[in-house]
Amino acid sequence: MNYSLDIEKIRRDFPILRREISDGKPLVYLDNAATSQTPVQVIADITRFYRDHNANIHRGVHTLSIEATELHENARKKIAHFFNAPTSDECIFTSGTTESINLVAHAWGRQHLKKGDRIVITEIEHHSNIVPWQILRDEVGIELKYIPMLSNGALDMDYASDLITTNTKLVAITAMSNALGNITEVSAVVDLAKKAGALILLDGAQSAPHLKTDIQQLDIDFFACSAHKMLGPTGIGLLWAKMEHLTTMKPFMSGGDMILTVSMENSTWADIPAKFEAGTPNIAGAIGFGAACDYLTNVGMENIRNHEMQITQYALDKLQRIERVRIFGPLDSEKRGGVISFDIEGVHPHDVGQVLDSEGVAIRTGHHCAQPIMSALNVPATARASFYLYNTEKEVEKLTEALNTVIEYFG
Amino acid sequence: MSGTLLDDLYKEIILDHFRQPRNKGELVDSTCSANGANPLCGDEIQLQVTLADNVIQQIAFTGAGCSISQAASSMMTEFVQGRSISDALVGVLSFQEMMTSGVPSEADGFDDIDALIGVAKFPARVKCASLSWKTLEQALDGNRTATTE
Repeated sequence: MNYSLDIEKIRRDFPILRREISDGKPLVYLDNAATSQTPVQVIADITRFYRDHNANIHRGVHTLSIEATELHENARKKIAHFFNAPTSDECIFTSGTTESINLVAHAWGRQHLKKGDRIVITEIEHHSNIVPWQILRDEVGIELKYIPMLSNGALDMDYASDLITTNTKLVAITAMSNALGNITEVSAVVDLAKKAGALILLDGAQSAPHLKTDIQQLDIDFFACSAHKMLGPTGIGLLWAKMEHLTTMKPFMSGGDMILTVSMENSTWADIPAKFEAGTPNIAGAIGFGAACDYLTNVGMENIRNHEMQITQYALDKLQRIERVRIFGPLDSEKRGGVISFDIEGVHPHDVGQVLDSEGVAIRTGHHCAQPIMSALNVPATARASFYLYNTEKEVEKLTEALNTVIEYFG
Repeated sequence: MSGTLLDDLYKEIILDHFRQPRNKGELVDSTCSANGANPLCGDEIQLQVTLADNVIQQIAFTGAGCSISQAASSMMTEFVQGRSISDALVGVLSFQEMMTSGVPSEADGFDDIDALIGVAKFPARVKCASLSWKTLEQALDGNRTATTE
């Protein structure tokens, strides 16, 4: 083992990793693609806010309100810095990736798209980057086209270049498949979109926790992600959009905090980003999100990626040696994040997950909110193990031992 | 194999029905049928019933899913075959009651089915076990689809 990370030190920051599951078995948490665990540093910042600074923001003259506002806006700056956004004003807090994409569909899509315009997505998207566009299609009459997936989960780029036509106004793709772990060919898709004059939305829910994300270098228009998959709390996420788009967009939700003036006849909007953040925001969530970015920066995103590549390759090698295990997606850890989707011949993924749980091993089973991928693979569901910075090779061994138990059990 | 809870869930009789499902296949002369699905799990069942004189003369199922859904389907068909529609519907209620109460049913003919009692301790699996019963209810009601999502 040649880790650039001190895993034991990192694991001490995550108290949940010390708990036990049925019959005193230590937790082996391999469901990080669904949600990640939270380090004490993030928990402490959230607790400190409620304990010492809790107040509503942007409105009070009293000390607590000023402190809360400062902490909230400081978190926005940390997040902007983490993703190398040109300015924190372009960073809008949402409840998560799903709301971020819905915001774009409503506030940009309804404003700018008309019948006959095209949106291109891919077959490997999470439902949150499919359903908002289907609804928009049905309401506005746009065309919705899918870049298909090849058998190894990679995008069919020849097909993509035919699909991204000059009437394409938006290309919305994931940077990493949550179901298969494939790292998508973002820069090639961005090139095609640019040539067609289309805008680009990148769904970073799965990539942001694991790969260094540089919004300016990516040369995209919209970026969405969720804090809870990157060591932060649930219920908070980011929509980053270029200011030139935000200025043309109408509010998504309306009410308090997003207005400049309100009279009985009409209202005017607050400046960006407040224009898109109606109501009292998730203040503690934003602070926790900022703290999570600090934690990841301190560990180093490159170190995390290297660790995940090592552990994923180790797991791929181990799983391939179990005769009845079938792995979906690329077998090369360079081409995937720390996500491995698989099944066991003759055993339904639910049964796999159930037996693994009895051994303390937490994985996800089902369609992973990506049913089009399941159809393309011709399976009803898969089992999925997903890794993060705190997982160890020993835990991979626990996984493979537990899989052998599954095979023994179901014969 | 460790874990008594797991052994409670996957009793030998359940694994037996899973490995060798009874009444699996298709009927050529069914009089009613229904399809059931748990889209979130990927469990699905196609159920066919041949009724005569308000009695289930024959029943068969096809489909795919986890061991619990497959074993429960097999046991359900074994139970209702030859029973009247009203007895079958009492079976549906008895099974529901067993899943919600966590107490084995004393219903006549539930001997094997009572082995599914372990499922009640796993809320996520109750819908797997219930799918075939729901689908039976739909088939007997003349509906075509069922879901336990």
